[in-house]
Amino acid sequence: MNLNLFVWRQKRTDEKGAMERYEAKDISPEMSFLEMLDMVNEGLIKKGMEPIAFDHDCREGICGMCSQVINGIPHGPKEKTTTCQLHMRNFRDGDTIYIEPFRAKAFPVIKDLIIDRSALDRIIQAGGYISAHTGGVPDANAVLIPKEDAETAMDAAECIGCGACVAACPNGSAMLFTAAKVSHLAVLPQGKIEAARRVCVMTEEMLNEGFGNCGNHYECRAACPKGIEVKFIAKLNREYIKAQIGMK
Amino acid sequence: MILDGKCPSGPLHEKWDRRKQELRLVGPVNKRQYKIIVVGAGLAGASAAATLGELGCNVEAFCYQDSPRRGHSIAAQGGINAAKNYPNDGDSIFRLFYDTLKGGDFRAREANVYRLSMVSNNIIDQCVAQGVPFARDYAGYLDNRSFGGAQVSRTFYARGQTGQQLLLGAYSALMRQVRSGTVTIHPRMEMLDLVIVDGDAKGITVRDLVSGDIKCHAADAVCLCTGGYANVFHLSTNAMGSNVTAAFRAYKKGALFANPCFTQIHPTCIPVSGEHQSKLTLMSESLRNDGRVWVPKNKGDKRLPSEIPEAERDYYLERKYPGFGNLTPRDIASRAAKDVCDEGRGVGPGGYGVYLDFEDAIGRLGENTIRERYGNLFEMYERITGEDAYKRPMRIYPAPHYAMGGLWVDYNLQSNIPGLFVLGEANFSDHGANRLGASALMQGLADGYFIIPYTISDYLARTKPGVVNTGHAEFRRSIEDMNASVKKLLSINGRRTVNEFHRELGRIMWDYVGMSRSEDGLKKALSIIPGLRAEFMEDVKIPGSGMDLNQELEKAGRVADFLEFAELMAQDALHRNESCGGHFRVEHQMPDGEAKRDDENFRYVAAWEFKGINKEPGLHKEPLSFENVKPAVRSYK
Repeated sequence: MNLNLFVWRQKRTDEKGAMERYEAKDISPEMSFLEMLDMVNEGLIKKGMEPIAFDHDCREGICGMCSQVINGIPHGPKEKTTTCQLHMRNFRDGDTIYIEPFRAKAFPVIKDLIIDRSALDRIIQAGGYISAHTGGVPDANAVLIPKEDAETAMDAAECIGCGACVAACPNGSAMLFTAAKVSHLAVLPQGKIEAARRVCVMTEEMLNEGFGNCGNHYECRAACPKGIEVKFIAKLNREYIKAQIGMK
Repeated sequence: MILDGKCPSGPLHEKWDRRKQELRLVGPVNKRQYKIIVVGAGLAGASAAATLGELGCNVEAFCYQDSPRRGHSIAAQGGINAAKNYPNDGDSIFRLFYDTLKGGDFRAREANVYRLSMVSNNIIDQCVAQGVPFARDYAGYLDNRSFGGAQVSRTFYARGQTGQQLLLGAYSALMRQVRSGTVTIHPRMEMLDLVIVDGDAKGITVRDLVSGDIKCHAADAVCLCTGGYANVFHLSTNAMGSNVTAAFRAYKKGALFANPCFTQIHPTCIPVSGEHQSKLTLMSESLRNDGRVWVPKNKGDKRLPSEIPEAERDYYLERKYPGFGNLTPRDIASRAAKDVCDEGRGVGPGGYGVYLDFEDAIGRLGENTIRERYGNLFEMYERITGEDAYKRPMRIYPAPHYAMGGLWVDYNLQSNIPGLFVLGEANFSDHGANRLGASALMQGLADGYFIIPYTISDYLARTKPGVVNTGHAEFRRSIEDMNASVKKLLSINGRRTVNEFHRELGRIMWDYVGMSRSEDGLKKALSIIPGLRAEFMEDVKIPGSGMDLNQELEKAGRVADFLEFAELMAQDALHRNESCGGHFRVEHQMPDGEAKRDDENFRYVAAWEFKGINKEPGLHKEPLSFENVKPAVRSYK
């Protein structure tokens, strides 16, 4: 099939960018979205033009590196699917596709579709961990964890840190990202000890990094390629209030 | 030169304790005077950097991704082995050790593998303490599943995302150290060179992938945790950015490269769909617990799988290997798939695929149980192929997946260059000629959490901290050399893209240095590769400049190294005139087609020394001695 692409091109952070038009010809429906872009890039290189820069790595939907807004939706139209796992059979011959970077105040554009997401790392640095030193820990079965709790923790822990939730949020909030880590650890007995401190410092760091707050739009959930539930934001809020009033 | 792995003496189970007693320590006050560079942020790199930071060293951690949470360990699906014996099914440290050694076709060091099995249990404890949400049973205990090459259930797992959860555990420990100021992270940086001063590794040269700046970093020791080189095949299950550059540049600076021909072709990947293919996706081996592998008995049978009656199906793994059935080790399952497809019995477009069928398991356990166990894998399969594997069997085919070979290290994980340590997939040490499933995660974390902290301190204790800085002539020379090589690549301005060369190299490697290798084929590969390399240096086209984010330039540097490394791999495969594990030489097989090892002549590690481009590398041997097990014919029947 043949497609009409409008792609965000921006040389560097401090320069203005613009949408530019490209044609993608003879695209197979079996191709992934990024393989389609690879093909467009091969054509640009042959013409001596600079290829479109975009982040990608594992191409199997787990590393969280790919980060494109496709037709206005982070990671594109298919539910619970990263950009790299989106396949061209989801488009039709003659379609026009708009491709932009994840946009948020806390995610400056580095080049074209590549953004700086180091703010997410700094939220984790603030307290997104259990302070267990290597060695000297009890046997793995010494602390039993109810299956339901382990499953809930896993539901939250599936977050791949891509930032689609931020790009989808009208407030540019990293609430779903932060809530996923807070909830994953707060559900587990090992994580409860530091839960109160963790939720406070992570939330504070999130706001310091320029992310907005949650306005209950739930766009984050709709965009999340791993389907992280917004109930974890409620969990974060509960944990936060508990911490503020000193409840254990 | 005969290499010495420097394994400790004494009984097998006392070796690691003995070594720990022999190793020197650095006092807590002095530790902070030492700076250690860790390159790579997968399981090995993240766990090493976090643990060394915890101990008080100054750690500089580098990765090419935008965050250390994205190393390709994250894509490991199935699980991690440990000898906990929680299911009470007969497992022990010795059995894990034996299975791993046998799985590797007796081409690994006994002492290393035994240590790996010993610390496997500590890893599970550590990960649980960090909050890794492993699967549990209804009583709250940890659950296990079985994996290829073992008759016990010793694999711990977190849905189909075990690698992700383990890596995020190590990443969180690493982030904690960043906060406490012991570790500095350098993302979007690619190592281009190892800097050696007076014989010791004292730093690295990196390119900042955003600004294009080429800079040096000096340290008291360097740890390479840079993963494997399966992307030499172009199409593999590795991430697009996975490369051999860091390891290969260390090799060019004198580090020995061991057993480069030992590569693993994983049996359960989604088949290639066309020329546009950029990578291959693995479906976890754990699927073989419940899926049955088959092809039609008749050649060229084009009927839908549901229309082929039971009597006309060949469950070839169950037929050939009744003892292990669908759970034979990866190399055996891969070759068996290739054999039936070469016979013309393959399925799907192009005929390069076999069925992995869940019909029986769904009938026995119900669709819900299967969904609970493998739901995310079925979803992934559907996204890529557009087919529903609950309704019709998956199609799978082998794909390059893992490198057992890597930089040579001694028992302390130190290369032949003092101060250069190599961890995880980047070293050659524990898996011999074939790795068992769920053992890569185990090795990466064993090296990073529990081995390097002990062994590196012995080196540090013998080294004065901070004697070298980046003002040294060796660092200046390295920067000049790297700037010159980037400039050279950019000046070629030819007609063909980097991908075109990479694809062509991949085809050569897959055809002649892939699943089955012959003397003629290997010689052919060795005769074609130098020509392709020369063509690359004359005709590759890289737009843009070096002083900018330039992904084509990044790729070009990596492919240039693959073009050199491919020759080393073929050389090693040609020299190893036997079949063992993943290295199958058609000249050496049993009457039934199984690999025929030659212990008399090849019971050694082949470690290669760089002698110059277009020059034959030098071979050094490390003989392998087996004092506790008798190398047997590897049978899974």
